[in-house]
Amino acid sequence: MQNPLVHWSFAIPEIWILVMACVVLLVDLFWGQKQRDLGFWLSIFCLTGAMVLSAAEMGKAGSAFYGQLLMDRFTNTADLAVELLGLLVLFYSRGYLMLRGLYRGEVLALLLFGTLGAMVMISGGNLLSLYLGLELLALSQYALVAIYRDQLRATEAGLKYFILGALASGLLLYGMSLLYGLTGSLGIGKIGMALSDASPDNYVLIVALVFVVAGVAFKLGAAPFHMWLPDAYQGAPTPVTLFMASAPKIAAFALAVRLLAEAGSSAMAIWQQLFVALAVLSMLIGNVVAIAQTNLKRMLAYSTVSNIGFLALGIVAGSQNGLASALFYVVVYALMATAGFGMIVYLSREGFEAEEISDFRGLVQQRPWTAFLLLLIMFSLAGVPPTVGFYAKVAVFQALVQAGFVWLAVFGVLMAVVGAFYYLRVLKVAFFDPPPEGARTSGGDPLAGITLTVNSLALLVLGIVPAPLMTFCFHALQEVM
Amino acid sequence: MMAAPTLASWLILGALLFSIGVTGIFLNRKNVIILLMAIELLLLAVNINLVAFSRYLGNLQGQIFVFFVLTVAAAEAAIGLAILVVYFRNRHSINVDDIDELRG
Repeated sequence: MQNPLVHWSFAIPEIWILVMACVVLLVDLFWGQKQRDLGFWLSIFCLTGAMVLSAAEMGKAGSAFYGQLLMDRFTNTADLAVELLGLLVLFYSRGYLMLRGLYRGEVLALLLFGTLGAMVMISGGNLLSLYLGLELLALSQYALVAIYRDQLRATEAGLKYFILGALASGLLLYGMSLLYGLTGSLGIGKIGMALSDASPDNYVLIVALVFVVAGVAFKLGAAPFHMWLPDAYQGAPTPVTLFMASAPKIAAFALAVRLLAEAGSSAMAIWQQLFVALAVLSMLIGNVVAIAQTNLKRMLAYSTVSNIGFLALGIVAGSQNGLASALFYVVVYALMATAGFGMIVYLSREGFEAEEISDFRGLVQQRPWTAFLLLLIMFSLAGVPPTVGFYAKVAVFQALVQAGFVWLAVFGVLMAVVGAFYYLRVLKVAFFDPPPEGARTSGGDPLAGITLTVNSLALLVLGIVPAPLMTFCFHALQEVM
Repeated sequence: MMAAPTLASWLILGALLFSIGVTGIFLNRKNVIILLMAIELLLLAVNINLVAFSRYLGNLQGQIFVFFVLTVAAAEAAIGLAILVVYFRNRHSINVDDIDELRG
């Protein structure tokens, strides 16, 4: 019998965030009225510390709490990404939250608990821990979406998100119960071994995987399970949208890797077909409906649906290459989404949300630097070469062609061209339309501005040297496959 | 004497409850509270499945999972009702057809 403390050491980043989130709540209770910044800097300290702890565990492999939490390179890589994105969200949202009276401890604590949920999902080695992580993340998000209590739009978005999210959890759970019945175990590794003997036309297995894939697709926001996504994104306060678009997508991808690539690797033929359908529908619906939007938040929401379609292409490929390109894609997409929504946060002022596309008219004449950053973000989302969005798409297509899905790759390229239209339309409005009456040259939270600059330039720098991040993602998937 | 219910009959009961829950979410046009009840029904259907499998396989993991699902369902209902209350304060209605501020 090994010393149980040894096992705990593999869960240190998670335990650290749990403790610090409770500390933030307590500090807010006692000093929150006078020292509003204290909770904020504590949260920054918490996530920075978690990044250091995750980085220190890099390369170790093991499991904590009798296999509930797995520690491998995939866990570490995805954890680091999630913690970094949490930090970005905090930096972006400080000024926005302050101006709207939302700069309170519960927002920070909910963000930290949501990050913790995402990390538990990433490292989950058992259906139980995967489910608990998923719910911790989801419950935090429901509360965050509706945190703007006096606003009809925000509460309605919260209600819709809650109902459809709970339905998704129900679907996933039903699939999990069937997997348990088939294999007699809740552990991912044991399920994988038990399923390797199952025949591929076992209809209970097919039903179980259909439910699991539907649940995962709901959480990712892949069409046809995307109906909650535009409403929740548009109605939520923009910093919350920023959070929802980033870390949870990586967590949902990790859920797909754990449940399908690890537990269901022998049934790949089944879930591969399902993901082909998800990818085609998401790219089609996301890109086509986004063209009709006038609200930038809603447009970016449909762009999320289409990007999830490209991500699903990597999962379809299924090989180590495919999943590595999908991980690369989801990390890059999360960075692009934080930059895109961060732009809206940065340009918002008291009583003014810069969320209509027409709000960006003539941006270049008033704020040339911000307009340049917008150019980088939109180029990256559209997949124009010097930016990292291009390499993310190329990597996915390459893995797809290697796996023999040439027609799907061709379809993806066509959809990427359709997508470029509505991203470039935003740039047309910002660069060639005359600015509206009453200039808005001043304002903007400096902290958000610096974060936006760093985040957008990162899209360019990663595009010029994509190799390190790509190798990092490739190594992350080595132990999984 | 009646024979004890078989695994299949428990699974059919679970599947029926689950279908009623899903149907309740999509067909209900009246009241949001009924949606919350339908969600609860989904989770309870899963619990029946888990307990039946656990009993059939002679392995306790499924029953432990049920305790966690019950706890999470309680937390979920609390958050759902809280959101419903703030929504009602803004909209003065919990009619499903009135949830139409965001669309497109």
